[in-house]
Formats: sequence, C-alpha cells, structure tokens
Amino acid sequence: MNNIIKRYIPQILVILFVVLIFGFLTLNAQTNMDNRGIDFGFGFLSQESSFDVQFSLIEYSGSDSYARAFLVGLLNTLLVSFISIIICTILGVIIGVARLSSNYLIKNSAAWYVEFFRNIPLLLQIFFWYYAALRALPMPEKADAWFGVTYMTVKGYYIPSMVWENLNVFLYCGLAAIIAIIVLRNYANKLRDTQGKQIPVLLYSVGLLIVLPLLSFLFGGVSLEFEIPELKKLSKISYIYEGGISLPPELIALVLALSLYTSTFVAECVRAGIEGVSKGQKEAAASVGLTPNQVLKLVIMPQALRIIIPPTTNQYLNLTKNSSLAAAIAYPDLVLVFAGTALMQTGKAIEIVSITMLTYLTISLTIAAIMNWYNKKIEIKEK
Amino acid sequence: MFKIIKQLTSVVAMFAVLFAFSTETMAAKKSKTLENTKKRGFVRCGVSQGLPGFSNADESGNWTGIDVDVCRAVAAATLGDATKVKFTPLSAKERFTALTSGEIDILSRNTTWTLSRDADIGLTFVGVNFYDGQGFMVRKGSGISSTGEFKNGTSVCTNLGTTTELNMRDFFDSKGISYEPVVFEKADEVVAAYDAGRCDTYTTDKSGLAAQRTKLSAPDDHVVLPETISKEPLGPVVRQGDSVWEDIVRWSLNTMIEAEEYGVNSSNADMMKTSNNPAIKRLVGAEGELGAAFGLDNDWNLRIIKQVGNYGESYKRNIADTGILPDRGPNELWTKGGILYVPPAR
Repeated sequence: MNNIIKRYIPQILVILFVVLIFGFLTLNAQTNMDNRGIDFGFGFLSQESSFDVQFSLIEYSGSDSYARAFLVGLLNTLLVSFISIIICTILGVIIGVARLSSNYLIKNSAAWYVEFFRNIPLLLQIFFWYYAALRALPMPEKADAWFGVTYMTVKGYYIPSMVWENLNVFLYCGLAAIIAIIVLRNYANKLRDTQGKQIPVLLYSVGLLIVLPLLSFLFGGVSLEFEIPELKKLSKISYIYEGGISLPPELIALVLALSLYTSTFVAECVRAGIEGVSKGQKEAAASVGLTPNQVLKLVIMPQALRIIIPPTTNQYLNLTKNSSLAAAIAYPDLVLVFAGTALMQTGKAIEIVSITMLTYLTISLTIAAIMNWYNKKIEIKEK
Repeated sequence: MFKIIKQLTSVVAMFAVLFAFSTETMAAKKSKTLENTKKRGFVRCGVSQGLPGFSNADESGNWTGIDVDVCRAVAAATLGDATKVKFTPLSAKERFTALTSGEIDILSRNTTWTLSRDADIGLTFVGVNFYDGQGFMVRKGSGISSTGEFKNGTSVCTNLGTTTELNMRDFFDSKGISYEPVVFEKADEVVAAYDAGRCDTYTTDKSGLAAQRTKLSAPDDHVVLPETISKEPLGPVVRQGDSVWEDIVRWSLNTMIEAEEYGVNSSNADMMKTSNNPAIKRLVGAEGELGAAFGLDNDWNLRIIKQVGNYGESYKRNIADTGILPDRGPNELWTKGGILYVPPAR
C-alpha cells in the first residue's frame, strides 16, 4: 500500500499541475480576448481567402478558402523540405566519405566545405543565395539555354513540362516494376541463405525499372511530349518565358541554402558512423575472402548505418523546421502564407499560430517515426 | 538571426495575450492606459521599420514623420513633453498583435482603416492622418504608362500582411490578367528584389511608392503609374476597451488638423490666446475646459501645437520638403479643396 502511494502520488500531482496550468492559460486567454472583443473560432477556415499565392502545387486562387491556402502553404513546405532532404543526404554521404579519403586534396577540401558552411548562420546563407544569385542571374531575354531547352533567369528557372497521354498506364508499369523488384530481392535472399548462390540483384532491378515502363510506351499507348518554354514580351524591356514549368528563384535559393547547410551535419554523421565501425571488422571480413566492395556493402555499411541514422534524423527534423525561414525571401511556405498573410487578413492569431505549431509538430513526428522504423529495421537482430 | 528574433517576437507577443493581466476593465473617465503612461513617463508607440515621410529613424535614432508626429502629439498632451515617446518599429505582420497584446499603446504605422480590422480584431481606428491609394511603380524603359498595359505573367513585388495583397488580387482578377505575386515581409526586401529585376512592378500605397523610390539604386529610372486602384485611409489605431485613451489619441490628431484650419501654428500659438475667435481660444486652451473630459489639464492642445505644430507644418516638414509628395492632393484642408475635415473641438 505504502509503495503504491509513493509511486502514484507524485505522478498524480504532476498531471494535476499540468492540467491546472493549461486551464489557467485557456481561461486567461478567453477573458482577455472577450475584453478586447476578439472572437475565438475556426470558422474562418471555410471563408474565402481573397489573396493569391505565387507558387502552388495544387490549383489555387483567391476565391478558395483559407483551409485551401493552408494546404498550399503546407505542400510548399513539404516540397522544399523533401527536395532539400534528398540533396543534403546525397551531398552529405559524398562529403562524409570524402573526409575519410586518403587523398590529401579530397580530404582537406571536404573538411573545408564542412567548416565553412556549418559555421555561417543559415539565414545569412539564404539571403546570400537569394540576393547574390538574383543580382548575378541574367534577365529572361539575355539568358542562355542550358541543355538547349532550360533557362536560368532572374525570374526563375524555366524547364520544359511533360505532357503525358495515358499516364496511368505508365505509372502502373512503374508500380509493377517495383513489386517485381521486391519479389526478386526476397527470392535472391532466400537463394543466398539456402543454397549460397548469389545473383546480381542490382543489375536485374535496374533492368526491370527501365524495361517495364519502356514497354508501356510500345504497347500501352503511352506517349510523352515536352512543352518547351518560349520567350514572351511583357513590355518594351521586360520578358518572361511561357509554357513549361517555372521554378521560382525563391525555391531554388532556399533549397540551395538548406541542403548545403544541412549536408555538412549529415557528412559529419556519416564520417562518425564509418569511423565508429572497428577496424577489426574490416580485417576479419577481408580475411574470410570478401572483396573490398562486399566488405563495404555487407560488413561496414550495415553497422555504420546504425550509428548514422539517429543523428541524421535530427538533421532532417532541423531542416524541416528551418524551412520556415522561407518567409524571409518570399517563398510561399506555411509560415508565409498561413501564419503570415492569412493571419494578417483574419487577425486570428491564437488559432492560426496553434494550427501552424501543430502542423510542424506533426511533420516532425512523422519524419521521426519513419526514421525510427528504418532504424529498427537495420538494428542487430539477435538470432 | 535578426529575422528569427523578429519572428520570435510575434510569437511571444501572441503569448503575451495569454499572460496579460485581465484587470483592464474600465471605469468611466478613467483610463488605465493613460495612468500607466503617466507612471511610465513615456508613450509607447508602434511605427514602421522605416518609411520616409511617415516614420523613419535617422542615424542617431531620432524618429521623424507624420505618423511619428501623432505619437508626439499624444505625448505632448498627456505628459507635457513631445519627446517622451518610445518607438517600436514593427513589420506589417507584427503590428496588430503588438497592439492587442499591450506591447504598445498607439499604432501609428501607415495602417489602412478597413471594416474587418476595425470590427474583428480588437482594434479601434481613431481617424485618418493620410488619405492614400494603392498604385504601381514600373521601370521607365518598359514604356508602360498605364495599368491597362500589364500583360499575363507580370510579376508583382509587394509587402506581406497588407491590404495591398487583397487589392492587387481584386485588381488583376477584375482585369482578367494572371500575375505572379512575390510577397516579402520587410519593405527593404521588396525594394531590393524589385531593384534586382525580380519583379516587373512594385505595388503598395502611392505615398509608400514615392518614399521607397528614393531607396532604389537609380530612382529616376522608375515611375509611378497614374492610376489608383484602391482607397487607403491611413490612420492611428488603439486597442479596443479604453475609450478615454481612444478619445485622447483621436483629439490629439484632430487638434493638429483644426489648428491648421484656424491658422494656429507652433510659432504663433501663444499669441493666439488673446484672439477674438472663441474657436481659436478653445484650441489654445484659453477658453473652456476641454481637457477635463479626458482627465487632462487645459493646456493639452496648446502643448501639441507648440511642440509638434499643426498638420500643415508636420506635412511640410516630413513629406513636402523631403520631396516625397510635394503636392498635398486629397490631404489638403476641406477649405482648400482637399478632404481633411475634422469635427469641431468644442
């Protein structure tokens, strides 16, 4: 009995304390808002937003609701985070491995890269890439074509857009290829475990991924055409490209800054992970006759990943949260569109800031959950 | 880093609403805000982050502008010294939260008076100190001479959290023109992006365009188009719930305008005490007990005129002489063809 009381009393007190604090805060906010004639409520979400957004992944105009404006902002945040996470991972792995290179030049330039980009505040880097690049880039009419069809200009990077016919058939073929690869991998693993035979899975996978979608062009009635951006005159001195897709310079600057900055941290995680695997493992693997490639793939990486994943998750979370600095350079992310313009037009500060906080929390927890799942998957499984 | 701090302040300001003391219920003729101001010894005034002519700080941190003068007038009336003002520069996004959470007591920051702002978010507009309208600025070389010449795909730079964003959408929608809004949080960022060629046009209130043009690398290469696409009555704002404070700010502004109407200015105000016109005598505190209504002494309006000057002096000093908008246009007195018209102080 005594033990039970000792165990539960502090916990109950803590819970009570938390509930009281929240109750007090809510009550206080309510009285203050009543006094100042501010209504609380989420009804505004269905009202017409009546403002436009520069760049949106979904159809959106000022006659849509605030809820849709929220979605536009959210998707833009996810887009910039997603692209940046991929680029920073690729860059991070390359730089991290380069830091361990025995080549003096490679090793030192990688180290300089890390020290340079990690020690300059991110916001400054964003401003640098945006304003420096804006000033350096040519006006649309003076831009040279990159790869013949894309144009990098002060108003954005213009690339051809794809016009698909029977896109769904193509996507089904892609899906079929992925399923086939999973089946193949399972089969290959089984073959290796039972008979000790190895088949070149990677080669077959790439083949499947190319051949199946290609077949859809030949037999599925799929066709693909490119719409190439063309110069259009707006006034005597100002031009723009029409057709194709325009990636705004704000997006490009933000992706550059976020991925260059975060890649330094990822690089350090990768280096730590590889250095964390003891030298004996490598020597032992070599002594049983594995090739250097196999040593890296089968012995070093599986162990290194276990050290790399948890701190890298942190970096992904940081990157996503840092993407809210977008507001500084007019990239219409969640903070700019929803916690900025929408907040100003409705005046619903408490509602909008809490929705925004909850949204970031949800994004972060989702990323953490995915990474934890992956971490679990590659953990040592004691047999 | 600065930006992060800015964003933090707006969040903190929001939480300040949560923690704010809930005892601000009003007794008649007693202003909590006035009491606190007197106790503190200065008026807390929210201004812009730098808009020449309206509110702008020089190198030594002295604020000038017609918006600044409204706060100075309130300080002269309530504290007897027009210099006793603490200015807080705010972005468009932060301004209302700063006011409703009690960080500042007057928001005098080229803010447009609209129905939803007045009714919805716990604010009260006390008057208009500048009649403005939204316009567009373009490069001279573009050959564009009217807003009718904008084409599909025009990119437009502007400020976040302003009525500008809404007017711009109304304007382009009604003309059936597709456009690309590029929206920045700070005016300086808008200017930098427009200057770099990111946008074909820059839109905001016309007075703002005239003022910001001076910050461009080659101001003479840019021109403000003649059309005005909206009504933008700009004026000071106070928190809802303190009607006495609201009256003090309203009548401080009105005093400046009425003083110009009756020809009372900072240099002749003392002599006007012996004027034959009772309206003028009331305006300089020589007749009537006008200040008592707010709990102020009888010289409150005389101090405003002596220390800050009348509206005409303020306009000349801040907007005309600095070359921003030498022509007063609608901001001329009603007796001289403008629309400045205030209720009589009696």
